[in-house]
Amino acid sequence: MATEGKHGMAGAVAPGFILDRREAVPALIGRHEDFLIIAGLAGTAREIAHLTRDGGHAYTMAGAMGGAAAMGLGLALARPDRRVLVVTGDGELLMNVGTLATIAVLNPPNLSIICVDNGHYGETGYQKSHTSLGVDLEKMAQGAGIARTRTVAKESEIADGARLLREGNGTSFVLLRVKPTDPPSHKRSLDPALERLRFRQALLGKP
Amino acid sequence: MAETAPSWPNELYDLLRRNGVTQFSYVPDAGHRVLIDRSLADPGAQSVALTTEEEGVALCAGADLGGARAVLLMQSSGVGNCINMLSLMKGGRFPFLTLVSMRGDFGEGNPWQFPMGQAVDAVLAAMGVICLRVERPEEVTPTVTAALTMAFQSGNAVAVLLTQKLIGAKPF
Repeated sequence: MATEGKHGMAGAVAPGFILDRREAVPALIGRHEDFLIIAGLAGTAREIAHLTRDGGHAYTMAGAMGGAAAMGLGLALARPDRRVLVVTGDGELLMNVGTLATIAVLNPPNLSIICVDNGHYGETGYQKSHTSLGVDLEKMAQGAGIARTRTVAKESEIADGARLLREGNGTSFVLLRVKPTDPPSHKRSLDPALERLRFRQALLGKP
Repeated sequence: MAETAPSWPNELYDLLRRNGVTQFSYVPDAGHRVLIDRSLADPGAQSVALTTEEEGVALCAGADLGGARAVLLMQSSGVGNCINMLSLMKGGRFPFLTLVSMRGDFGEGNPWQFPMGQAVDAVLAAMGVICLRVERPEEVTPTVTAALTMAFQSGNAVAVLLTQKLIGAKPF
């Protein structure tokens, strides 16, 4: 992507937005059935619906922007016996970046977060996000106090990131830098109440 | 504040725990001091300090997905921070219980508290949250008992407003 912009911070743009999310996200997650998944709205919701075939172990959002990480925290605290994975985008996480602090002080060992960072608001027409302009969400996660963080920006780093997500010694955060291209699409339920019932039925055996 | 501390906050905490509430989330607030302190000291509860109240709304939804019960403790000023996130509760028909300590209400001495304090009922009603007001100590237990049933049995979003008649107005 062109890095010239009226914000004048082009020199601070990280060069690393090269991975293809269609390959990198599934490779980083691995066996998705091992996780209870909360996906933030837009791109990550679509790719999680695609990856899981809109499965009952995934709650994919299409609104409530800024809520994915906190929702994952509530689920992780409720189910310490299960591994919970939040998959969200840079724009969604930036809206409530303070949630990283909320999570860090509790440090639930069964919670992992992937931020798929394409540096853009893809859903609304690929306007640049702050992460294209120098903001580093891995550093913000570190600054919040999350001890286990990685930036995965090339293929050779995916395996290490995948290991971190499954370690379970504390909350982990992986910033996955990808190029700003569309995620795969999949027909999915957009009814948040239906999704709730389906998720609870799959996990708890009751709606 | 020379008189003895009222007993209803401790009774309220015990009521919530007896009804299976395990997650207590809050932005620190004097009106919820006893509940916050009890949740911090309770090994059977999870005490979640938030950076903004809307995180607590999403947290409650996540707890429900996992089969747990959560309560969001906030001041009236925090209600405004929750508006769009309440879409999740209304659209998802999540059970939701919040206890709101009121400001900008009966006897308030800080003019900054009035705009949001006076808008609490309208804002919550607009987002589909049922409001129950408590003005007297003896109303706390029956009102929160009703709210627990309305939220966790009937699947509604319910706010219990702990008014300044109940908790007193902070002196300025």
